[in-house]
Formats: sequence, C-alpha cells, structure tokens
Amino acid sequence: MIADGVEDEEKWLAAGIAGLQQNAFYMHRALDSNNLRDALKYSAQMLSELRTSRLSPHKYYELYMRAFDELRKLEMFFKEETRRGCSIIDLYELVQHAGNILPRLYLLCTVGSVYIKSKEAPAKDVLKDLVEMCRGIQNPVRGLFLRSYLAQVSRDKLPDIGSEYEGDADTVVDAVEFVLQNFTEMNKLWVRMQQQGPAREKEKREKERSELRDLVGKNLHVLSQIEGVDLDMYKDTVLPRILEQVVNCKDELAQYYLMDCIIQVFPDEYHLQTLDVLLGAFPQLQPTVDIKTVLSRLMERLSNYAASSADVLPEFLQVEAFLKLNNAIGKVIEAQPDMPILGVITLYSSLLTFTLHVHPDRLDYADQVLGACVRKLSGKGKLEDNKATKQIVALLSAPLEKYNDIVTALKLSNYPRVMEYLDSETNKVMATVIIQSIMKNKTHISTADRVEALFELIKGLIKDLDGTLDDEVDEDDFKEEQNSVSRLIQMLYNDDPEEMFKIICTVRKHILAGGPKRLSFTVPPLVFSSLKLVRQLQGREENPFGEEESTTPKKIFQLLNQTVETLSNVPAPELALQLYLQCAEAANDCDLEPVAYEFFTQAYILYEEEISDSRAQVTAIHLIIGTLQRMHVFGVENRDTLTHKATGYSAKLLKKPDQCRAVYACSHLFWVDDQDNVKDGERVLLCLKRALRIANAAQQMSNAARGSTGSVTLFVEILNKYLYFFEKGNPQITVAAIQSLLELITTEMQSDSSTPDPAADAFFASTLRYIEFQKQKGGAVGEKYEPIKV
Amino acid sequence: MVLVLALGDLHIPHRAADLPPKFKSMLVPGKIQHIICTGNLCIKEVQDYLKSLCPDLHITRGEYDEETRCPETKTLTIGQFKLGLCHGHQVIPWGDLDSLAMLQRQLDVDILVTGHTHQFTAYKHEGGVVINPGSATGAYSSITYDVNPSFVLMDIDGLRVVVYVYELIDGEVKVDKIDFKKTTATTHSAH
Repeated sequence: MIADGVEDEEKWLAAGIAGLQQNAFYMHRALDSNNLRDALKYSAQMLSELRTSRLSPHKYYELYMRAFDELRKLEMFFKEETRRGCSIIDLYELVQHAGNILPRLYLLCTVGSVYIKSKEAPAKDVLKDLVEMCRGIQNPVRGLFLRSYLAQVSRDKLPDIGSEYEGDADTVVDAVEFVLQNFTEMNKLWVRMQQQGPAREKEKREKERSELRDLVGKNLHVLSQIEGVDLDMYKDTVLPRILEQVVNCKDELAQYYLMDCIIQVFPDEYHLQTLDVLLGAFPQLQPTVDIKTVLSRLMERLSNYAASSADVLPEFLQVEAFLKLNNAIGKVIEAQPDMPILGVITLYSSLLTFTLHVHPDRLDYADQVLGACVRKLSGKGKLEDNKATKQIVALLSAPLEKYNDIVTALKLSNYPRVMEYLDSETNKVMATVIIQSIMKNKTHISTADRVEALFELIKGLIKDLDGTLDDEVDEDDFKEEQNSVSRLIQMLYNDDPEEMFKIICTVRKHILAGGPKRLSFTVPPLVFSSLKLVRQLQGREENPFGEEESTTPKKIFQLLNQTVETLSNVPAPELALQLYLQCAEAANDCDLEPVAYEFFTQAYILYEEEISDSRAQVTAIHLIIGTLQRMHVFGVENRDTLTHKATGYSAKLLKKPDQCRAVYACSHLFWVDDQDNVKDGERVLLCLKRALRIANAAQQMSNAARGSTGSVTLFVEILNKYLYFFEKGNPQITVAAIQSLLELITTEMQSDSSTPDPAADAFFASTLRYIEFQKQKGGAVGEKYEPIKV
Repeated sequence: MVLVLALGDLHIPHRAADLPPKFKSMLVPGKIQHIICTGNLCIKEVQDYLKSLCPDLHITRGEYDEETRCPETKTLTIGQFKLGLCHGHQVIPWGDLDSLAMLQRQLDVDILVTGHTHQFTAYKHEGGVVINPGSATGAYSSITYDVNPSFVLMDIDGLRVVVYVYELIDGEVKVDKIDFKKTTATTHSAH
C-alpha cells in the first residue's frame, strides 16, 4: 500500500512539475513581449500547482524550488515595468485580482519585494502588510512554504542598522517585529501539523514535521544575523518573545528543536547574560521534552566558550553561571522524578566538564557536583544500566584528564563515593583508567595516606569484590590488569625512609588481601621497593640515639620474610626462592649474618621440598651457587653448612651433564678472589675431580645406552676450569694434571666410539688457542703456561 | 652497515614501570636490523614492544622471564661476525670475565653478549669481545649499586664493529663508542 502511495506521489509531482513548466513557458513568452496581463495570468496558473495537498513536504519542496526560480524572473520583469513607468502601487493592487489566494499571495510577496526596493513606501509598512496577509493560508505545509518565501525575499530588505532601508520611520525594531511575527505564525502552523490526520499516522507526521523544521528555525537564524540586535534588544525583546512562543505552543517536537536552535544560533555571551531567563524556561516545557540533551549542549557550548580564551572567565563568575546551572539541573531532576539514571548522570557529567573548564581551581564546585550525583544515586544500589555506567566512567575520567594528576582527584571527597555505585566490572575499568592516568603523567604518589586512598579507589583490581566469580575473568585480561598494578607499585615512592616504609606497609596490607592469584604479580614489586629502601638506609649510619620506631633494615627484612612467605599460598616456590636469595644478598650487604642465613635456609627448604622440575632445579642451583659465592658475611661454620648442602644438591641433579656443570660451578664456592680466607685449593680440586668422575660416568652411560660415548664437551669445560684456577695460582692444580686432561680429551676425540661433535671440536681448538696466547703473553703468565704442551 | 640493538634486564613490571622516555623516543621501528636481548624482560608486553621495533628478535631466558621456552644460549651470524647470547646467571662467578671468556670459547663466537649484572661492560681479549649492555631500565640489582639505564647499539660493517653504548646519567643520554676489528677469519680445524 505504501509503495503504491510513493509511486502515486511521484506521479503527482511529475504532473505538478509538468504543469508548472508549461505555464512558465507561456509566462516567459508574455515577459518577452512585455505583456503584463498575460504574464500575470500565466504566473498565477503556474503558482496554482502549489495549491496541491497531495505531496509530502519533501516532494512539495521540489515543486516549490522550481516556482521560486520562475518567480525570480518575474520579479525582474516587475522591476523593468516600474522603470517603464508602471506604478508599483498599481502593480501591488493588480496582482491581488488573482483568482486563488495562494497564487495571489506569492505574487504579492514578489511585487512587495520590488516595492520595498523602490523605497516608495517605508519597508516596515510593506512588510507588515505582507506578513499579515499571509494569514490567509492556514494549511500548514502551504503556509510554511509561503512564509518561507516571504522570509527569503525580505531577507536583504530589512531595515537593519546601516542598511539602506533604515530611516526615521524604519528601524531595526520594525525589522525584528516583522521576523518575530513571521516566526510566530510559522511555528503555529508547524505545531498544527501534529493534530492533522489519523492518530495511527503520528509517526509519519512527526517525520514530515522534522523535514520542515529548518524553515521555522531559519527565522531565528535571521534574527541572530541582524546587526541591530544587541544584547539589550535580545534580552528585552527577542528572547522573551521567542520563549513565549516556545512555551505556549506546548508541542514537544517544537520545544526541543527551538530551545536547541536558540542555544546554537545566538552568541555565548548572550546566553551567559540571559542565563536566568533561559534556564527559567526549562521547567515550563512539556515533561516529555529531552531537556537533559539540550541542557547538556548548552553547558558544552559554554564550556568551549570558557576554554576559548581566559578573558571570558570573569564574566562567568560575574553572572554566577555555576550556581545557576547547578540549580537549574536540580530543578529539572526534581520535576522529573522518573528521569532514568542515565539522564541524571549525563547532566552532571556536562556540568562537571563545565566546572572543570570554567572554575578549574574550585575543587569544591567539582566536589559539589559529584556530591549531587551521589545523592541521586543513593538508594539505588549498584547500577546495571550499561550506558549509565559508561557515563559514570566519563564523569570520573573528566577530573583525571583535566588535572593530569590523580592526587588532585583524590582530594574530591565524593570521588570514591561515586565509585561505590559501580558494579565490579566497571570498577575495574575505572581503576584501569586511573592507573593509566598515573602512568601517563608519571605521577609519584608520595604519602601513605594517598596510597591508602588510591588503593581504596582501585580495589576492584586489588582484590575480589563481592559477587565476582572467578571463572568470569579472561586470563589474559587478568594478567594485564595485575601487570598494571605491578607497574603502579613502582610509582609509589618517597625519599624519606620513614614515609616510604609506611607506604610499603600500606601496599602490603592491601595486596595480601588479594588472594593467591594476584600475589605472584604484586609481591615481587613490593619486595624490590623494600630492597631499594634497605639500600638507601645502608648508606646511613645507625643512629644510636634514634627512636625505637624508626625504620631499620632489620625491620624491613622481617617484613620481607613474612611477605615472601605468602607466596607459598599460590604456590610459587621458584619465585619465592629467587626472592629469598635477593633478600639474602641484601642482608649480606648490611652485615646481618643471621638474617642472611635465615633467608638461605628458607630458600634451601623450598628447593628440597617444593622444586621438583629438572629445569627449574638447574636454574635454582645456579642462583644458589651464584649468590652463595658472593656472600662475605658468613662465618666458617655457616658457610660450610650452606656450601656442603649446595654441592650435595648439585650432585643429585637428574641429568649427568647438569650434575657435572653444577659441581664444577661449586668449585668457585671455595675460591673467592677478594676474600683471602676463602681460597681452599684442595676443595677446589676435589670439586673438579668429582666433576670429572661424573663426566666419565656420563660417557660410560652413553656408551652402554647408545653405543657411542657422546661428546667431549664436558671434559673441555672442566679443562677450562682447571686453567682458570691454574691461573689464579691454586697450588693444587698442577701442569701435570692439565697435561693429562689434555691427553684424555685428545684420545677421546680420536676414538672410534666417539660421536663427532664440531662444536666440541671448535671449543677444544679455541681453548688450545687460548693456551698458546697465554704463552705468548710472556712475563709471569707466559712462564706459567710454558710447560704445557699442546 | 648493519645495526644490532643489544639490551636486557628490563625487569618490567617487577622492578621498573617502563623504559625511560628518552630511550623510547630514540628507539624507532625500521632503523634496526636485529635485536638481541639477554633476558629478564619479563612479560610478553615487552616482547611485543621489541618485536614492533624490529621483527628479527632473539631472546635468551632470564630467571624472571614469564616466557620459559626461550633457550639458555643462542648463537647467530651477522655479516662477518658470530654472536653469542646468554643471560648470564648460569655463568659463575657472576660477571667474572674469565668465566665469560670460557663461555665465549664454548660457543665459538667473536662477540658474546650477556647480562644479569645490570652493569655495562665491554671487554676485548684475544678471543673476541664480551659485552654487557646493562639494564635498559636501570632496574635494581643485588650485584650493582646505582644502576644507570643503558643499552648498546652495534654497527657491524665488514670486519669491523663499532659498539655504541647509550647511558642515561642524571637525566641526560650520554653516548660512548668502542671500535673492534676482527682479524681476517681463521679457519677452525678439528683435531
């Protein structure tokens, strides 16, 4: 059915255009032969096409535009006629003889245009006459287009200030009056469209009305362009009249469009100065009008105006803009108790942006806005509306972006209260926004209080809030979140050790509530922050008169012990072992032997009881040996115990090559360059010999299991270690020992049962080159190496 | 002219939040042909970032790395040079030149790049060059005090390599360079 309707409309439009063009043709002929009578006759017939009721506004417009073009030619003709002596007043009379009212009025407006130009009568008189005559058309579509035509032809003939049409009798007041009247009548027609037709076609009508709205709005645009309309005239005449029409028409569509139009076309300074009046209109509008959007756009405009230049800011203060807007919003919300929460948040969001732009230093204003939000949200429990939560995130992000500084945002007492109303998902989103802001601006949070406040805000990331289910969280997302918390911990810092210790304790308190899943992300950064503090304190002398409560490395180590312990809940033994060893080294540097020993004990226990994966064991052993080798704080007994254990572990690794390497690494435990009391040549040799035995065993095993003896790499490695200690001056390492090892390797490599291994060959070759090179060096080194034959 | 970026021990996020901004602005994609990384990044994000600078990325495993499948050592040939890569916690005593030289002989490489100590060093000895690019973020180390963020850029051209070290000292990037020439390649014969 509808398709038929559209098709019919096309037909009618085509017919209309055809009729119009035909009459236009004859009209042109009449114009060419200066035949006024015929010109009028055919133009009237042409304009009759515009009397149709069959076209939708969209199609009517097409017809109208063609008529408009033709009328321009007619107007030129009229002008010529007056020059030829025809009286414009007579012409004005003549056209009124046209049979039908619509063509009559179009012609009248056209002549009127020439009349005004001729200046034979004051512009205001002609305009007044025309605007009143147009009342003859009460059909909405036809009336709107007719008045639109009037507006178009009169546009450049208004008696504005500085225009040629200004005179004693004609002033800008008359111009304004004319436009206002035209506007008022057009709005009435436009509103009337709503009542026409059956109820079921309401949607169609609204669509059609939408298409016509710019015709009505144009008048406001014209008003804004009139030079003579200054602030006073706007305040006294223009705005009140427009608002009167807007309020009285009681039409939702018109009210929404026109309020928005006013805000968009008139300058922002005017809005500031008429804020009372403008805002006063809002409560009087129909309850179904989307006021929040209009208000938001108003605040947006004013925000941008404030941002455009610092000079305008005093004006805002002078008119008490914030106060008025705040009150207006409050009134609107009160008047519409059923306004969905999204609307409320949007309003406050716009107000907050406004406040941040106009009064950036008034944190109390910003806090007020947030407070109003909180009041409105209270009693509603956690929000479930997606859009509303998005708006809240926007609301809370605004101060962060403006101040570039979480510390300032933390001063807003209502900030955390608003966050209370977010569901846990959104809480996490917001927490991430906060962390990103800190990372981007490289803000350092430097007091324990602020850290406390911050962690309260981001608690969604720190721990499981009520109601979250574990399986809901995507693993990668979780990792990303926790890594960002990890990075955040790096930003919590204060030079003063006392304060820093407080910060560490605060962070610790929060992360320990995070549950096993989070600990492996959050404990390491805390540990390293603590170790950095220890190092800072190391440099200072212990103050014998210092207070009991002051921070000492010992205290920190106690805390560290308890903290690393918690990793057993995860469980994360490898990580814990690494951290214990780090702590041991730090304790070593502080000369705290018992503390260091305790850390080593913990590490060893973990190794024995919790670390069973072969690869993990190898890494752990390397770290244990490497760390122990650097310890200087241990007395003989302690050192012996730990070393004995370490070598024991090394010999018990699963794979023979790993065993071998770990054991010869242990040789370094008995020989430390800068510690003269740790240079036990015998024990070194014992280790190396043990490593050799293991390497041999590996060869035999390989022979038995695979039929070939495998690579000689291990032997070459051990050889290199022999050379190392030989050079260091270990008397137990003799030339003979080295020589026999060289022969062993050579024999093995040449043996039939060995697997060729180019890497091992190259290794041996470069070792030999090294020996040669040392010989060439001359001096003490050269002498030492001289006896070795390759 | 082949540019090779050598860096490591970033320890993100455990000990550092990010690379220093002055370093980040210097490291632009498309300028570097190879990246070798000693390890301890520690998370995938850092790996992705490095990959975005240059797709030819080589990493060895550090003890804190999240990605446990990286190898303990790696060798690669760039131009006339053979490079070896290892994190270094496996070579005891840590930072000891002679022990590192042994690893160099074992891998049979001209340039050995290791880390772990967070201390920039570049040693030349008869067997070749041992380089430690330090920690690119200046991360805490139990071995080294007052770590300055540093990384190394090697310019390999024929038989010559110029090693540029970039260090962030008191907020300013200082550059130093060291020249190494390789003697004509010797053939390695097996016994």
